[in-house]
Amino acid sequence: MPAHPQVHHRPSMKTRSVAVLNWFRKHVIAIVAGLIFFFLLVPNAVVVWMSFNKPSGKYNVKWEQFSLDAWKNPLNDGILHDPLMLSLEIALVATLVATVLGTMIAFAIVRHSFKGRGFVNSVLFLPMAAPEIVMGTTLLALFLNTFGVGFLGFKSILIAHIMFCVSYVVITVKSRLNGMDPMLEKAAQDLYATPWQTFWRVTFPLVAPGIGAAALLSFALSFDDFIITEMTAGSSLTFPYWIWNAVQKGIPPQVNVIGSLMLVITLAGIAVAEVPKWVKATKSH
Amino acid sequence: MSAEAATEPAQTAGAVGAVATQAELRADRRVRRRRALLPYLLLAPGIAWLIVFFVVPMWSIISTSVEEGDMDTGFVLTWRWANFGDVWTNWREQIIRSLEYSLMCTLFCLVLALPLAYFIAFKAGRWKNLLMALVIAPFFTSYLIRTLAWKTILADDGWVMHVLTTLHITPLLSGMGWTYSDNSVLQTPFSVVCGMVYNFLPFTVLPIYTAMEKIDPRLHEAGQDLYASAWATFRKVTFPLALPGIVGGTLLTFIPAVGDYTNAVMLGGPKTKVIGTVIEQQMIGTGGNLPYGAALSVMLMLGTLVITLAYIKRAGTEEIV
Repeated sequence: MPAHPQVHHRPSMKTRSVAVLNWFRKHVIAIVAGLIFFFLLVPNAVVVWMSFNKPSGKYNVKWEQFSLDAWKNPLNDGILHDPLMLSLEIALVATLVATVLGTMIAFAIVRHSFKGRGFVNSVLFLPMAAPEIVMGTTLLALFLNTFGVGFLGFKSILIAHIMFCVSYVVITVKSRLNGMDPMLEKAAQDLYATPWQTFWRVTFPLVAPGIGAAALLSFALSFDDFIITEMTAGSSLTFPYWIWNAVQKGIPPQVNVIGSLMLVITLAGIAVAEVPKWVKATKSH
Repeated sequence: MSAEAATEPAQTAGAVGAVATQAELRADRRVRRRRALLPYLLLAPGIAWLIVFFVVPMWSIISTSVEEGDMDTGFVLTWRWANFGDVWTNWREQIIRSLEYSLMCTLFCLVLALPLAYFIAFKAGRWKNLLMALVIAPFFTSYLIRTLAWKTILADDGWVMHVLTTLHITPLLSGMGWTYSDNSVLQTPFSVVCGMVYNFLPFTVLPIYTAMEKIDPRLHEAGQDLYASAWATFRKVTFPLALPGIVGGTLLTFIPAVGDYTNAVMLGGPKTKVIGTVIEQQMIGTGGNLPYGAALSVMLMLGTLVITLAYIKRAGTEEIV
């Protein structure tokens, strides 16, 4: 080969196309993954984009004119205030209760032996595997049979949300507990820490990120839930339920503003959690 | 842990005293009993909540499904099992359509999730966590708003339609019956399944990624050393090892998809009505026949329960929960 350098200077069409083909074969998986990410993320971009739209009619589906109107008036003259507040209240209380109940279950499963483990696992797994409409209608039937229509509202939605959040809290906290070194607690005990001190000074700080993640997940699940909420809400309107009812009448761009804000807050959260890790990883390389 | 530690002082006290007094023995027994009780105390509130508001309601829905009556006079439990025959006759078309849509959705999700999970697990290096965060990130904007965005994306004069028309894909879609005309894809099975795939894809990706991430990359090297092609390595090494994740991912996609009606209503039209819409209308809407809605729910519940139990029996719950 070194004897014929000119071959390298002027590659024939054939070698060039082989090179392109090889490059493509090498990167095909990355290209496909890129396209799928595009598919997953484009709707979010559209949500943000359309929040700057100024629709002439009631429907904010077609791009017409750039405007900051919706951002200056995000609650749409107060129309969105009540649904948003109801969703926030429910999400906060549901998160609090589900996180406490779920964390207790996770500790029992990972740290203790008890009878009926299979039953407990099934009861935890089934709510995640049941279609939402089934959970919604079964709860509706229970509430109607036991308390009547008057019960539907804040209380019934809250009960439903706590129910479907608990399982997700359990898996999240459980995986954190499983990843913990039990020797740390043994060490605390060897140093004469009481069980109470061991728990609050060693175990809890170590599990806290898992509990935090579980709480965030619960909040997102509850705030965004629609199908179960629709079934158990009666005449109360949460934010997603309000959107659902507004679809026929026309959705104002303010809904996109709130959607964009939710996205920005989440991405900021991810950045806060991940950036220090990259910096660390880059420095150590 | 904390309970284990609590027994230690009692045991030490017994050992030091050489001869344990009756009182010490009794105290020891009490501590042991408390220790045995602790897991049940931790489990009780949460599990009770799930039993009362998840397991018991299943009985409520079954009893509602065999009631008889109407909105004005109220519904009475008459054990009318014929409700089930009625709903099958009335809404067979919607039941079958829901199955078709959710099976298609699951298939497309799997086809997209496999390369995506593979790329993130094996090729993304230290970008892994960021990319997984991007897979989940869409979840944090209300999914109804994101689903509505597809109306903009798939609009008749949008760029997707432009690309599909230029590439002559639109006649192909209408030829297969996925759309109804060559100039529009909205309000068709195509737009509904597209929205479903978009909404449920992360559910497919997560378990598959978790399974693939556990695979030792040296196994791939071994495959290559033995002159297996990339495809053969995937088929003979990666795929079997990721199988639990694939089964879990398809299950977590199919089950919510079969009961979903948000995509069918928001992106579909009168011809894409699914079983969820019928249940919604009968339970809280204009349909007004609670027992019919309940009977359809029971059918859906039993169907998914059978699938789930079959899966649990095969794979065990500990892996997923």
